[in-house]
Amino acid sequence: MNGVHDMGGMDGFGKVEPEPNEPMFHADWESRVLAMVRAMGAAGAFNIDTSRFYRETLPPDVYLSSSYYKKWFLGLEEMLIEKGYLTREEVAAGHAMQPAKALKHGKFDLANVERVMVRGKFARPAPAPAKFNIGDRVRAKNIHPATHTRLPRYVRGHVGVVELNHGCHVFPDSAAMELGENPQWLYTVVFEGSDLWGADGDPTSKVSIDAFEPYLDPA
Amino acid sequence: MSEHHHDHDHDHSELSETELRVRALETILTEKGYVEPAALDAIIQAYETRIGPHNGARVVAKAWTDPAFRQALLEDGSKAIGTLGHVSRVGDHLVVVENTPQRHNMVVCTLCSCYPWEMLGLPPVWYKAAPYRSRAVKDPRGVLADFGVALPRDIEVRVWDSTAETRFLVLPMRPEGTEGWSEEQLAELVTRDSMIGTGFPKTPGAPS
Repeated sequence: MNGVHDMGGMDGFGKVEPEPNEPMFHADWESRVLAMVRAMGAAGAFNIDTSRFYRETLPPDVYLSSSYYKKWFLGLEEMLIEKGYLTREEVAAGHAMQPAKALKHGKFDLANVERVMVRGKFARPAPAPAKFNIGDRVRAKNIHPATHTRLPRYVRGHVGVVELNHGCHVFPDSAAMELGENPQWLYTVVFEGSDLWGADGDPTSKVSIDAFEPYLDPA
Repeated sequence: MSEHHHDHDHDHSELSETELRVRALETILTEKGYVEPAALDAIIQAYETRIGPHNGARVVAKAWTDPAFRQALLEDGSKAIGTLGHVSRVGDHLVVVENTPQRHNMVVCTLCSCYPWEMLGLPPVWYKAAPYRSRAVKDPRGVLADFGVALPRDIEVRVWDSTAETRFLVLPMRPEGTEGWSEEQLAELVTRDSMIGTGFPKTPGAPS
């Protein structure tokens, strides 16, 4: 979706302001939100792509004015309601009122903690040979799905070169919508800064994205 | 997707409002038997103690002192790091990109906040915020200037936008004046930002 989350190339957000000696969390509730997201994801309530999509679909003003973990919280709460794990009445009451919905991997208890400390595996067997080789020129498709995609706007329509092939991975555009993993080849595609931004870009820069095969046409 | 329910309170009340809502959600998830609060505590504790830039720094220091490891790291980051028992387990799809006198690498996630947690810990706020995410791909030298970093114009800036489940770690150049240093000494020079590409390692003798 063409949301405000797709920020690459936007102007007007100001300077980057690093915080010296930044703490891991700025409030205790931030750590609880992180833990709940990780736990409910590991329990099978949602996949990582669906959780990203729920953050992206926050209203633009909310997305831009909420802190990072506030966005995580708002996305989590809405997603759990829509997936049937809790109800708006329960959220309003602050207590459980309805029977629980079964979780695919069961209750998240202490025995499950180690599972969340290692990143998931996203590589999958290839359903078909790769269409592109290293060094091929490819054009990022001019697509604008209203649903989740990982093809940022700033590369659409531009020509780049395939630099790395990462194998076949879960396709976020499908997984986010719970349409299955639909594995696709994943490539690092590099673009010249001057191709992306014209005379307003930095001619000494190159920018790469990791692009799934359905995002690309031969060029 | 149906409507969201949000509040637009002022800062001080938003914090307490958010805190209450987060507590309520945890209560509901607990009462429904979805999560065990002690397991949430354990996740937080694990993040607070096991991940962080010290993991990445060890990898970088080893690459600076062991050419065979450096080669293996650049070929398959996850696999090479997996051979080091002392670094916390790393997930698949870690790509290590090397700075050279000709090229400076910088990592961003324009769409969200993808970051190599196992190597660097949880990302800092600036990495997840709009100024960095919007400008890193269009004006990388301007972003570097915000960090006080000036790169000569004859060095190419390569920006890696983490748009998939691949994760990128920058292997910075070893500082001069560190001949004969041990891995442990070298690791002390490796900063988090030098592994994101928004800074350089510390130089010997410079105030930290």
